[in-house]
Amino acid sequence: MFPTDRSISPDSVEMLTLAQKLGVTTTWDRYQAQLPQCGFGETGLCCRHCLQGPCRIDPFGDGLKEGICGATADTFVARGLGRAIAAGAAAHSGHAKHLAHTLKKFALGKAPDYRIADSNKLRAVAERMGIPLDGKQDAQIAGELAELALQEFSEREEPLRWATHTLTPGRVKKFADLGLLPYGIDSAVSEVMHRTTNGVDADPVNILLGSIKCALSDYAGMYMATDLSDILFGVPQPVVAKANLGALKKDAINIAVHGHNPVLSEMVVAMAPQMEERAKAAGASQGINIVGICCTGNEVMMRHGLPQATNALSQELAVLTGALDAIVVDYQCVMPSLTQIADGYQTKVITTMGIAKMPGAVHINFDEEHAADGARQIIQLAIEAFTKRDAAKIHIPELSNAAIAGISAEAVLGVLAKLDGGDPLKPLIDNIVNGNITGVCLFAGCNDVKIQQDRSFINLVKELARRDVLILATGCASGSFGRHGLLTPEATEKYAGPGLKAVMTALGQAAGLGAPLPLALHTGSCVDNTRAVSIAVAIANKLGVDLDQLPVVATAPEAAMEKAVVIGTWAVALGLPTHVGVVPPVTGSPLVVKVLTETAKDLLGGYFIVEADPAKAADKLFAALNERRKGLGLSEKVLAIVPA
Amino acid sequence: MKRIFVRTEICTACKTCELACAIEHSQAKSIHASPYERPHPMRRVFVEATDGRKIPILCRHCEDAPCVAACISGALFRDVVADAVVCDWTRCIGCWTCIMVCPYGVIGRQLELGKAVKCDLCPGREIPACVDSCPTKALIYQEAEDFSKERRQAFAASVAGG
Repeated sequence: MFPTDRSISPDSVEMLTLAQKLGVTTTWDRYQAQLPQCGFGETGLCCRHCLQGPCRIDPFGDGLKEGICGATADTFVARGLGRAIAAGAAAHSGHAKHLAHTLKKFALGKAPDYRIADSNKLRAVAERMGIPLDGKQDAQIAGELAELALQEFSEREEPLRWATHTLTPGRVKKFADLGLLPYGIDSAVSEVMHRTTNGVDADPVNILLGSIKCALSDYAGMYMATDLSDILFGVPQPVVAKANLGALKKDAINIAVHGHNPVLSEMVVAMAPQMEERAKAAGASQGINIVGICCTGNEVMMRHGLPQATNALSQELAVLTGALDAIVVDYQCVMPSLTQIADGYQTKVITTMGIAKMPGAVHINFDEEHAADGARQIIQLAIEAFTKRDAAKIHIPELSNAAIAGISAEAVLGVLAKLDGGDPLKPLIDNIVNGNITGVCLFAGCNDVKIQQDRSFINLVKELARRDVLILATGCASGSFGRHGLLTPEATEKYAGPGLKAVMTALGQAAGLGAPLPLALHTGSCVDNTRAVSIAVAIANKLGVDLDQLPVVATAPEAAMEKAVVIGTWAVALGLPTHVGVVPPVTGSPLVVKVLTETAKDLLGGYFIVEADPAKAADKLFAALNERRKGLGLSEKVLAIVPA
Repeated sequence: MKRIFVRTEICTACKTCELACAIEHSQAKSIHASPYERPHPMRRVFVEATDGRKIPILCRHCEDAPCVAACISGALFRDVVADAVVCDWTRCIGCWTCIMVCPYGVIGRQLELGKAVKCDLCPGREIPACVDSCPTKALIYQEAEDFSKERRQAFAASVAGG
């Protein structure tokens, strides 16, 4: 298989070509080696939930029709999906809980290296969550907020505040009526694990409803994670940064922060200036160069303007540049293969979390009480590794695109307020009403090795942008757009339809950019998807409608992780038509497929659209936006440009 | 001519061959779409287990095939080009005599069409789908002589080594 068949990202292709030349095995090779994949797993018809199994069911109907316990295909698939949702929720909320503990330790004076970076956000969040502010100092508010946050994980007497206090009244009522409001994040995850074990819930629809409840607890956990990150590390504001592997520097000590939680990466970033002289003394004339990979890349990009080197799928390729001196990871989307690849290089693979170690890595246990020390230790390892570099092995692709990041909800409102200070949402709503903007699409999710890297992202975003759809992006979607130069005003000039271009130009002028806003607005890491929701909720509340009436859709065209599954599920629950470009393991149950793609629409307003072809996906999402426009009495949007 | 052989000692009974067979004999050729087709695509290979041993069973394409001899309508015949025993559906009347005489029990019934279904060695494919899909390479597609030679050599090695 040619490198060009594996990715459309030129820097990835260049490094894949090198990998082939060197005979290095990457995730793409391992995927090829796995083919063909097990059809029972692909369709969700394999159950391993008890020791009597594994059981399988024949999707063609001729062979096995039920598991040993009597569970049917519908039960198998619903249980499997429920567990994927619970795993995704556990991951996001583990991230949130880590932040809540950090905030609490700060409030108790036990984490001296952290601070309240944004007092306004702290107070806004505390007020929203019902904590009285009267005359309290930041530390006290932080302590009370952290306590409330930690309480959200166990089982409360009332539904999760991060759900009920952040959604439209209509959604909260709907979820309450359907029994979908979670009372605790961990409790919801645990309940799904309980009901999907042998001999508990066998009713596929009931399992799916329970899983949606769990997905809503994930929504709450994600919202909390974003809130607490902003409080501790600052609300992102627009910043111009760089993307691609070309961000690595030959004459610098390159440290990649990889994974997800800014609790770690923020400290590494903060300590780097202190170590700069030591780095130069070691021979790195350009000092320390911190780059991001995966969502940590988004976090450091949007708060510090640091470059994002590459996405999770191509993480191994960063090591192959020979210029990476350390790759520091926390958790999620980190490939265990990193240590094998790093074996041929000076690169130190450094794990930092007790729950996420890797054979062959150096482990520096990172705790918030001694965060600065830990970060300095990590940087010191990178400096030592730098001195062992093999110049002959260095191969850094030249490509480096500009990328505007940090468009948080607050930043969006800030820009809009420059057009209408008294009513910031009005310019956005007016332009949706008059049809300049068809609607909004949130791009989220991962790269998936099953899809030529970035192909679906890039084709779909271009298709939607030319149809005047306003694009928001998070996680690996924003990483992908950054790598292809789509987080720039130039991309707006080139790819936006006339209505969208006019609006983005006006907003860019108002923001003092002297150019249009970027084609895709980088609204954060993958845990930050609720930033987009907060804007949608504000619009819905202002208009007096619910989320399932707004012309807003979501897409994960290259979804891979269980976290993407849970985000997609709550997006559907919130009322959004949600596209997935990779077929999830549910096709073994026609009933489950029907519930996800049709019944959900009647029940919640949102529904899944599964479509692998980005051109067809664009048609379907565009139709979904028009259906919403029609429902609100707005004009149907017709294609401004005839398709090629 | 090549045949599908089974190295029974390495079959894990994952049934991937069964799925690959049904998918190959479908229109969509997709695990996600093919099961939704009607008439439903059918497998021609069957993974069985006895005494803890796992064995995929499929048509041996017998030189003197009982099914061909028994077929009253002339539907089952030996395709000399493919060197395979195949069923001509325009002639099959669904009497199931072939099922009665096949010692391997590998002829199925496509009840939506009333036709006999059996292995056709995947015309158009260089390697039959079941063999191609086998993750442990328990299924192999090779000349009978080569398979026998490998067996003899394995035996010789065990004797010499013992």
